[in-house]
Amino acid sequence: MLKLEAVGHDFGRERTLAGIDLAIVPGESVCLVGPSGCGKTTLLRIAAGLVTPSEGRVSDAFHRSTVVFQEPRLLPWRRLLDNIALGLKAQGVPRRERLARARALADELGLAERHHHFPHELSGGMQQRVALARALAVDADLLLLDEPFSALDVGLRSEAQTLLLELLARRGIASLLVTHDLTEALRLGHRVLVMSPSPGRIVHEERIARPFVERDTAFLYEAAGALLRQASVAESFLFRQTEVSP
Amino acid sequence: MKRSLPTHCIETLLGWGGSLTGVLLFVALWEWGSQLYGSFLLPGPRDALAALARLWQADALAAVWATTWRAMLGFALAAVIGTALGILAGLSRTLGRALEPVSTVLLGIPPIAWIVLAILWFGSGSLATVYTVMATSLPVSFAGAQMGALTRDRRLQEMADVFAVPPLMRLVDFHLPHIASYVFPALITALGVAWKVAVMAELFATEDGIGAGLAMARVNLDTAAAMAWIVLVVALLLAAEHGLLRPLQRRMEPWRQTGRGAR
Repeated sequence: MLKLEAVGHDFGRERTLAGIDLAIVPGESVCLVGPSGCGKTTLLRIAAGLVTPSEGRVSDAFHRSTVVFQEPRLLPWRRLLDNIALGLKAQGVPRRERLARARALADELGLAERHHHFPHELSGGMQQRVALARALAVDADLLLLDEPFSALDVGLRSEAQTLLLELLARRGIASLLVTHDLTEALRLGHRVLVMSPSPGRIVHEERIARPFVERDTAFLYEAAGALLRQASVAESFLFRQTEVSP
Repeated sequence: MKRSLPTHCIETLLGWGGSLTGVLLFVALWEWGSQLYGSFLLPGPRDALAALARLWQADALAAVWATTWRAMLGFALAAVIGTALGILAGLSRTLGRALEPVSTVLLGIPPIAWIVLAILWFGSGSLATVYTVMATSLPVSFAGAQMGALTRDRRLQEMADVFAVPPLMRLVDFHLPHIASYVFPALITALGVAWKVAVMAELFATEDGIGAGLAMARVNLDTAAAMAWIVLVVALLLAAEHGLLRPLQRRMEPWRQTGRGAR
């Protein structure tokens, strides 16, 4: 499992994170939600090992963790299959084998017809699926996702969320997903953690018992409404209590 | 969007027609100027072509070959050394700080000064020309490669960190393709510099080549021959750019080419 204990971080003279305690067990899906600039991306970077926190301890017992960024971050000069196989190439997997695995993943993610396209020839949704396939290709058991669907429009986003749920469940991958969209967090998480800015800290934790398939739109809005009635959550999103309750 | 073949042909023809219009306009202006100032000061295009035919019979090919290999050798050396140093200077901040002023100084030295130095160092001949070409086009390729290495996408670097990409793969798959997109335009500029400087160096340093031919035309007050040599140099430069560098760029950057086609 991944464990963050009393993690705090300073960026220059500014305190971006304070007193973060967070644990993710294998197969669990945790969503981190908060307004822009509350330090959730920094927290994700710390969890990914890209940033060393100023204080606190991070221990990662997962076999392998990868990141899906807000933008696809594909190599513009490599074709789709080579982009998916990038992590395998870095591991030294022979070309024939890594391309075979990339091909299988591309087909699974609905990119079958576009094996030899360059990234700029793909739509935004497809590029993000390539980025997802690239992360899955290295057999990660922890996936860290930084607002991966925020650039997609509503229909595509819902489609991508469904795909992600399926892929995570099928492989039993744990995930930490960062988002500013409360309904997205409620749809994708076993647990939802709400963050509040300056300094970034976790102000509320909500465990969602309802199975993923039963989380329809009505449930999502109702749950989001209920969550926003919590004083700490409302404050974090800069709502006043009077604005939320009818 | 894909266009149909006939539309594509017509568009291509129109494109050529546009370029041809520009060339014809230039030739017309040239002819007009020649009639205004007389054929001694400014021989017309037909005089130049006649002179070119005369030169061709008098073995201009040898001169073209002499200039070509000097320019290309100097250019090739400058391209290899300049690009390699530029990449290093862009990747390492320390080396960049050390090399940048050197490059600025080299860029500031006029080609004519290099020729004088080269003749003093190596004596008259091909070596002086090749050296001058190299010294003047090297800073150009250096600057291009350095700019390419400096503008690497930090987001892609972070992605490389996530996937623990080893150093060699980082260079080949991440850095070099990006740098190449800066190096090619710089090399095309450097090639132009190389030709011009080669001809100029030959004017002073050698007995053969296009530059020597120009010197001869000056001595003989043969303006038409000078014009003919100029036409020849421009034709050679265009041939080197469109026959060598641009096809090389298309081969090495297929991801750009399809981008152009698709738009």
